[in-house]
Amino acid sequence: MSDKSRIDEPTGTSTVGHEWDGIEELNTPLPRWWLWSFYACIAWAAVYVVLYPAWPMVNSATRGVLQWSSRDDLEREMASHGAKRAPITNAIAALPIAALPGKPELLEAAIQGGSAAFKVHCVQCHGAGGAGVVGLYPSLTDDDWLWGGDLAAIETTLTHGIRNPDHAETRMNVMPAFGRDAILDAASINDLVSHVRVISRQEKPSASSARGATLFEANCVACHGTNGEGIRELGGPRLTDAVWLYGGSREALAKTIHNPRNGVMPRWNDKLDAATIKMLSAYVHSLGGGEDAPAPVRAAAPEGEADNG
Amino acid sequence: MANPDALAGTEGPLYAPRKGVYPKKVDGNFRRLKWLIMGITLAIYYGTPWIRWDRGPYAPDQAVLIDLANRRFYMFQIEIWPHEFYYVAGLLIMAGIGLFLVTSAVGRAWCGYACPQTVWTDLFQHVDRLIDGDRNAQIRLANGPWTAEKIARRAAKYAIYLSIAFWTGGAWIMYFADAPTLTRDFWAGDAAFIAYGTVAALTATTFVLGGFMREQVCIYMCPWPRIQTAMMDEKSLLVTYKDWRGEPRGSLKKALAHPGSLGDCVDCNQCVAVCPTGIDIREGPQIGCITCALCIDACDTVMAQVGRPRGLIDYCALDDVAVEKAGGTAPPLLKTLMRPRLMVYLAIWSAIGVTMLFSLGERTRLDLAVQHERSPLYVQLSDGMIRNNYTLKLRNMEARPRKVAITVTGLPGAQLWTENGSRSTASQRVEMTISPDSVTRVRLFVAAPAQGPVRQDFTIATIGRDGDPRGDDDTIQFDRPEAQ
Repeated sequence: MSDKSRIDEPTGTSTVGHEWDGIEELNTPLPRWWLWSFYACIAWAAVYVVLYPAWPMVNSATRGVLQWSSRDDLEREMASHGAKRAPITNAIAALPIAALPGKPELLEAAIQGGSAAFKVHCVQCHGAGGAGVVGLYPSLTDDDWLWGGDLAAIETTLTHGIRNPDHAETRMNVMPAFGRDAILDAASINDLVSHVRVISRQEKPSASSARGATLFEANCVACHGTNGEGIRELGGPRLTDAVWLYGGSREALAKTIHNPRNGVMPRWNDKLDAATIKMLSAYVHSLGGGEDAPAPVRAAAPEGEADNG
Repeated sequence: MANPDALAGTEGPLYAPRKGVYPKKVDGNFRRLKWLIMGITLAIYYGTPWIRWDRGPYAPDQAVLIDLANRRFYMFQIEIWPHEFYYVAGLLIMAGIGLFLVTSAVGRAWCGYACPQTVWTDLFQHVDRLIDGDRNAQIRLANGPWTAEKIARRAAKYAIYLSIAFWTGGAWIMYFADAPTLTRDFWAGDAAFIAYGTVAALTATTFVLGGFMREQVCIYMCPWPRIQTAMMDEKSLLVTYKDWRGEPRGSLKKALAHPGSLGDCVDCNQCVAVCPTGIDIREGPQIGCITCALCIDACDTVMAQVGRPRGLIDYCALDDVAVEKAGGTAPPLLKTLMRPRLMVYLAIWSAIGVTMLFSLGERTRLDLAVQHERSPLYVQLSDGMIRNNYTLKLRNMEARPRKVAITVTGLPGAQLWTENGSRSTASQRVEMTISPDSVTRVRLFVAAPAQGPVRQDFTIATIGRDGDPRGDDDTIQFDRPEAQ
């Protein structure tokens, strides 16, 4: 092709010799500085290959003279981040959890940290955002708490778990399997269901529910309270509200009385440090159903000012 | 580097070394215009960050500040937030259309007068003349041996180059932080690494591009000359050598010896000598010409000396060239400028500007964005009501704390409270004070009776409670469980 090259008259530059429908290209020489820059780039590439990981080998690349690696960078960053967070983490660990609301910046940090830890340890059962799974795992966002919804109660539940047989301090109660163990017959269970449906205002009183009331008094009040209002200290669920872990329909209630689940939550004191458990408690408490502590811990912050951004 | 001729085969030379450009000192109208524009542009560049502008206690008092860390852009009384970046986009579009307008009207005036590369090259060329003397002295020095004098002059010149370059890099960072504070920190060694890095990089580029690359940037690196050639038309002004008047060229002596046989050009080469890009304008319009018009000044001076009319080299559109060649008189400049194409550009440019100014005046400085939390969509409360959770972002774009209220409409029986309150204090509205010039995130809990549609649209609004009731609202859904 290049034998067709000729000198272009107006510019005095030779053409490259290609021709497309009469359009030709000038072979304008590169400026010298451009060529220098090009050689400098090649030289830099050679230096880079020596300094940095560059040459692919079977298992990894060559390390380079500087021994740089992005994994080391990450490790350093994580370590420096941990060091930066340490004062806050230590302060949270040292503070009794009931005093956390008195320190808004620590509370905020705890909720943030708890949100991250929740995604690792808790979502498997309680779902993203603590939504729970109907019929399996409790929602942590509602205002109904089996074992108490203030910060300290949540911390205790997280620390010691629920129904961990190997742990003395665990939250423990067992609902008898009234049907499976033949404590009550099917008709009695049906009457009990009627009564529970009445006290939760899902049904009108009937002859069946009146019989159920007597059965309730004999079998259930020790844990669920005289009027089914629940007993927090024993973890006895409230039966008069609209929140049902295993369902509030006739079928679901009959199933529960026949063969209760007695769900288990692992204790976390053998897996997580105290600060992480406190942070998780603060996060769960913040999901919308958190209760104030029974003792007046927040006396310093009167209710009226509590909603000031 | 090898000798280019040795490498030159049938393919031509491998590279073209730069030809030195030593523009001669010149005076005239266009030179004075260039002085003026250089003074104004450099003053704007170096001075702007030091202008103060009082915005009260919650905002910086620097008139023009690009606060990257806090994501704010301040320009006198205008404050732009990141979500209002379309104003910056609008400014860029205006700058683009402004360049179309200028280019189709007066050709490469941007290149000739206002481009930073031109302004700094011009500045550095003045430094050359100050240290080395005018064109001939510069050529002599460049071609001469490395004597002590040459080394001293070069050292002095590069020292001045470097200080100008450093000052240029130093001024740049002042736009991104409070200028007096940053200056103090910079010299105390307390400024951020990025500040030193930016100054170093811009010092290097200014030193190299202004001191050495100069016209090479315009000819080889910059895309703008090539775009401009496509945007000019036969009515755009060009620096034109009027060959029909100047040719055949010849010295004054020859012209006197043979009256009538020669044109007006006395071939004094002054137009070439003053050219900052080293071209010969008499070869016609070319990519190397940045239309700085210094050759017009040079030629006018010579024409005055030899007693011939000025304007042998002059701004002239291609249409005017045809008219003048035919012996006519070119239409007045104003008439050339009042053509539809320019009017359309001007109209678009002004429309964008006016629209932006109008919307700047109309924008509310209290903004609400609502997000419905989706996990869970709804929460069954023990008393039978249903709660939905929302994340509110309240943007207070004023430099003062605001008292605001959050209300809902379209959701009967609703109770609202935030993470700082509790349901026992819930009511139809929440009041709070939000920080100045910041985004406040609020979790809003809304409880409503269970009876109602599965998905219901309602409105969350925020209004000012401190005299200025203007605010913002957002329509969002309230979700309920499906009836069993």
